[in-house]
Amino acid sequence: MPKRNDIKKILVIGSGPIVIGQAAEFDYSGSQACQALRAEGYEVALINSNPATIMTDETVADHVYIEPLTIESVARVIRIERPDALLATLGGQTGLNLAMELSEAGILTEYGVELLGTDLDAIQQAEDREKFRALMNELAEPVPPSEIVHTLDESLKFANQIGYPVIVRPAYTLGGTGGGIAESEEQLREIVASGLSLSPVGQCLLEKSIAGFKEIEYEVMRDANDQAIVVCNMENFDPVGVHTGDSIVVAPSQTMTDREYQILRNASLKVIRALGIEGGCNVQFALDPLSEDYYIIEVNPRVSRSSALASKATGYPIAKLSARIACGYHLDECENPITKTTYASFEPALDYVVTKIPRWPFDKFEAANRQLGTQMKATGEVMSIGRTFTESLLKAVRSLELPTLDLQMISQEKVNTEELLKRIETADDERLFFLAEAFRKGVSVETLFERTNIDRFFLQAIEDVIQIENGLENEPLSYEKLKEAKENGVSDQMIAKRQGKTEREVRNERVALGIRPVYKMVDTCAGEFVSYTPYYYGTYEEENESIVAPRPRILVLGSGPIRIGQGIEFDYATVHTVQAIRESGYEAIIMNNNPETVSTDFEISDKLYFEPLTTEDVLNVIDHEQPEGVIVQFGGQTAINLAEQLAAYDIPILGTNLEDMNRAEDRDEFEQTVTKLEVLQPKGSTATSVEGAIKIANDIGYPVLVRPSYVLGGRAMEIVHHEEELLRYMNRAVKINDQHPVLIDRYLTGKEIEVDAISDGDTVCIPGIMEHIERAGVHSGDSIAVFPTQTLSDEVKQQVVDATIRLAKGFHIKGLMNIQFVIANEQVYVLEVNPRASRTVPFLSKMTGVPMAKLATKAILGESLTQYGYSTGLIEQPDRVAVKVPVFSFAKLRDVDISLGPEMKSTGEVLGQDSTLSKALYKGLIASGMDIPTHGSVLFTVADADKEEVIPYVRKFHKMGFDIVATDGTSKRIQEEGIPVTSVNKIGEANGSLLDVIRKQDVQFVINTFTRGKQPARDGFKIRRAAVENGIVCLTSLDTCRALVDALDIMTFQTQPLKTGGGVE
Amino acid sequence: MTEGYLQLETGETFTGTWIGSEAATSGEVVFNTSMTGYQEMMTDPSYAGQILTFCYPLIGNYGLNQADNESIKTSLSGVIISDVCDVPSHYSATKSVSDQLKEAGVPGLTGVDTRALVKTIRKHHTVKGVLVKSSSQVTDELWQQPSTEQLVQRVSTQKVQTFSADGAHIVLIDYGYKKSILDALMEKGCSVSIVPYDYRFEQIEAMNPDGVIFSNGPGDPMGLVDQLTNIRKVAETYPTLGICFGHQLIALAFGARTEKLPYGHRGANHPVKETKTGRVHMTSQNHGYVVASETIDEHAFDVSFYNINDGTVEGMTHKRLPVQSVQFHPEAHPGPSDTEYVFEAFIQQANAAGGSVYAKV
Repeated sequence: MPKRNDIKKILVIGSGPIVIGQAAEFDYSGSQACQALRAEGYEVALINSNPATIMTDETVADHVYIEPLTIESVARVIRIERPDALLATLGGQTGLNLAMELSEAGILTEYGVELLGTDLDAIQQAEDREKFRALMNELAEPVPPSEIVHTLDESLKFANQIGYPVIVRPAYTLGGTGGGIAESEEQLREIVASGLSLSPVGQCLLEKSIAGFKEIEYEVMRDANDQAIVVCNMENFDPVGVHTGDSIVVAPSQTMTDREYQILRNASLKVIRALGIEGGCNVQFALDPLSEDYYIIEVNPRVSRSSALASKATGYPIAKLSARIACGYHLDECENPITKTTYASFEPALDYVVTKIPRWPFDKFEAANRQLGTQMKATGEVMSIGRTFTESLLKAVRSLELPTLDLQMISQEKVNTEELLKRIETADDERLFFLAEAFRKGVSVETLFERTNIDRFFLQAIEDVIQIENGLENEPLSYEKLKEAKENGVSDQMIAKRQGKTEREVRNERVALGIRPVYKMVDTCAGEFVSYTPYYYGTYEEENESIVAPRPRILVLGSGPIRIGQGIEFDYATVHTVQAIRESGYEAIIMNNNPETVSTDFEISDKLYFEPLTTEDVLNVIDHEQPEGVIVQFGGQTAINLAEQLAAYDIPILGTNLEDMNRAEDRDEFEQTVTKLEVLQPKGSTATSVEGAIKIANDIGYPVLVRPSYVLGGRAMEIVHHEEELLRYMNRAVKINDQHPVLIDRYLTGKEIEVDAISDGDTVCIPGIMEHIERAGVHSGDSIAVFPTQTLSDEVKQQVVDATIRLAKGFHIKGLMNIQFVIANEQVYVLEVNPRASRTVPFLSKMTGVPMAKLATKAILGESLTQYGYSTGLIEQPDRVAVKVPVFSFAKLRDVDISLGPEMKSTGEVLGQDSTLSKALYKGLIASGMDIPTHGSVLFTVADADKEEVIPYVRKFHKMGFDIVATDGTSKRIQEEGIPVTSVNKIGEANGSLLDVIRKQDVQFVINTFTRGKQPARDGFKIRRAAVENGIVCLTSLDTCRALVDALDIMTFQTQPLKTGGGVE
Repeated sequence: MTEGYLQLETGETFTGTWIGSEAATSGEVVFNTSMTGYQEMMTDPSYAGQILTFCYPLIGNYGLNQADNESIKTSLSGVIISDVCDVPSHYSATKSVSDQLKEAGVPGLTGVDTRALVKTIRKHHTVKGVLVKSSSQVTDELWQQPSTEQLVQRVSTQKVQTFSADGAHIVLIDYGYKKSILDALMEKGCSVSIVPYDYRFEQIEAMNPDGVIFSNGPGDPMGLVDQLTNIRKVAETYPTLGICFGHQLIALAFGARTEKLPYGHRGANHPVKETKTGRVHMTSQNHGYVVASETIDEHAFDVSFYNINDGTVEGMTHKRLPVQSVQFHPEAHPGPSDTEYVFEAFIQQANAAGGSVYAKV
């Protein structure tokens, strides 16, 4: 059937902020869907709360609404836009849940909006465990013994029946939030209690554990004509038990016979036909490694993280085709966009191996429990492509940007074999490296198999790598050895280490021997048909398929996996720079390794190299492409970190030059430059020893801000109040020496201001000044940013503008820069200058209409900003107020303290905008996922130092009709103000402690401030974790509290009786 | 480790590491894009006389087992692999790829840039090659290729084999049948007699079948032109199903012509559209020749399936007689079994023909 002409306008729902379990993959799928629908001539309206997406670019849809993803705001958009249809299967679980709510609320019927793609009954049948199990029984498809429970008692009864371990999966939650494997009754009680409260329907699925089975996934598609295909199958490196988002995954499957492959293929197709899926769908299986027995674990009736991975792994654009299927097309009517000579109704054939490895946030959250289970913990992932499994695996490991050398984690060298064997028994983020270390110590495949149940094929591959590494030790580098090492993915760096040489020496020898990678095409068809897609990966073979274009070329380095501190914003900037380069007539080449993102969609650039972002891999591409230069300033720290090495090989870095970048990063040079430019900065200095640090701190006076030089997202940055604390920090957080100096700055309490500017060397255009709600000391990425500024005097604004222009010129910025200022006593102090794109670029671009990344790219390419109508200074600021609110994933990470500080903790952001700040804040907070009831109770437990400051907020809550609850000290202070308050006991005191109040959800908000100290044992930590785990809003900064009160204020009416008394006598 | 070379008649040479049997070999160099099923491919008699290139680079991961051989013999001339895995990991594995090749007397190369080779084949369409350890082994004799009849003779059964059951009696004419065809029939309760490719009509008649299957097989169907009259007679008498080579023979017998495809269809992902339903199915395919659609007598046959990618004929149904044939492999192995229903339709026709004496035995 050709496309439907009875619908004209389609509303697409995005997935909102990046959180663990729902990341950039939905920007990719959503953008693809919108573009596909528009290409078919439909008018597309889009709603998403996440400004840092390509999807919310004004060019992606006809009408873009950056609004909270709540039923109220989607309904508002429906009333304005009156769409004929709704497409919700490309916006992750968020989109799907919203569609269900809209339907249940009768809004879709009321406005005659048809749901496109898979219908709601099918979605419910797939997502509701009970219905799903019933269907599987009907189809005679095996599912593990399981039971839906609504109470703790039910769960204990079932567990006693089938025995432990038992897997707990709360219904309708993202990335398996709240799930886990219970080995004992005690664990079961804990997991089920939190699972029941996290599930929006108060349901958990208890399931027999089938640990040890192979975990296999099939990505399938079906159209309305009942034609169904498998796009890709994937095999998890880890056996069943680890969430697939936290598993190392390879595609296609490696250890299944064709018979097994087809059994599971048939089962997948049977299931999606029975469900009536229209579009993409994901089916997960557990396969017995010792028979053909299998279980169906789960079906995702929508485009997912796995489908983004499958799309990038095969080249088959699942989201785009899902959108086309949703509007009526059949698979055989859709062209295969890769070959352009075949059709979408076929199953891709790969002639390479793909490996995906998750990127976990444990480097940021040292206290977090690293163990992996049914609840996803990764923030992002990398993918790599190779012609051997080992090549694919090692390329993926290189892409992670961890402090490892291939499979070697230096910290593990000293671990003895016994300890190693213990460590590998449980899956965690470091297990892959522990396995390698065990092989280095001579442990056998068999022993490791017994301990891990990881298929011997994968273990053997790791052992092969170690053998090859060992073979490189102390021997002259023969052609054969080197070639074998490279074919198996061993890095030049590892070879250098084994040979006692420098990486450069190895590289030179290798090139002299003629061992260079060739680039092969990803074409969906294993070379069977002519293809035109410029999507390549490097490997050590004979034929190079990547033809160098005759026109001048520019290489753009992407930002790698999504992690805390380096999110989707950098992918947004990367995509924009690529677009700008293409507009200017150059060939835009991109290198990146993140399968979730838009930048690795082969239609974005002229050429895509899906490769690790290391010096070696980048130089290889440069050798082949000979670009005019490399652009590093849009790819976050990943790309910036490569600049120095590349420059050492005389590769031209376009834009702000390396010396200037270094001047901005190097503390001393920065200080000198800023002084010379006559811009104020807080007193500070660099220490290279503990003694030095103490002296400096004493000189400038406490509190001081301490951090290692070269930081990412404020890692290891802390505010220190006295010498003892400083010593603790030095021991715990940093290795201080000449190579690793520590920066110590006077900590100024004041308002934090952030500016992004674009400079071509002459003109310095400032699109906007942003003001942070939280005072300095909270990482800018975790602060609520307000634009335009609401409280700055014109005088201060002028100071900011002057300083920005001076800094841009003084650092010879070409392209983008981001500056953090602090304002104390109406004076503007510069905190840092980042000569690169920042995470506020998309936010600011969207709010000002200035295409910042594109403009910066033009400047980098030598064009002048005046040519595009921009002049030096602050552009006219809009009247509408916008706030960028950070979003955290604390519910997914046990043992992580949620309190805000100089270390960034948020995973994503949302935008709230409206005519006033309070309205914008309200929308922003709602969009960030906060549940903001307008009545109820607020629990205050604040540090002594904050007791004065908190009173006005307490009063305001009271006036709005909230009940006030507080711990002893706070309660006393509140009573003194004559505000009614209920006291609760502190932790450890007898019954009715504040933890019970939180667990019983008797309060709606918790306001908690505390005296610094990071030990999780502290009571405050327990309070905050209890709040998170019970879904209660918990604020740790009084500034955020003020914002909340302001937002609430406009939503609530103050009800009070007329004043009595007085009267006329 | 010995180096070996695949020398193409077009001049290109591909270097790799020698595996399997020591003897030099030659044949048409073809490629298969399936990502699984190397065991089934290696034992598929249709590859007789060919050097098979595996597009998927990792071959051998799960070893070879007792259940998945498509024939007892390994009839292909040689294999070209990118990265052979000789330490298999699978509970059912009994040997490795290299061991199997050695036992079967088949040589191969590993470590070859197979993707480059595939593209070379794609460029030249049909290309022959020799697999040697040194150029001195390349002789005119080595380049000599057996005829189709010789190939079929080599892979076809010499004597009748019978597998009794209660269902319809099917005669399977063996041009190099895949065991999965037999399995599919037996699974549906058929009684199966496998007969040599040159069995005469009278001999088949004497077996009193309910239906006849013309199997897959190697080479150019025109090589069996002498058999066509016999084939037509059989097809006009019994419910008939032709598979792959068998399909081509039926087409030829009814007056159509066959032609060589540029570089064949070999893989597990070939989309075919069924004209009756408009549905697309994924099929397993392995053929270098195809029935020229314009030569099919449209008064006698309907094209029942055609290929989505290149529009070629994938199946025919006779308008009046219970004769159908498919270019693809409904028995799958390797590849999808989406079109297994083709057997069911055929068996129904066979049952409808009825009166089988064997059914009561």
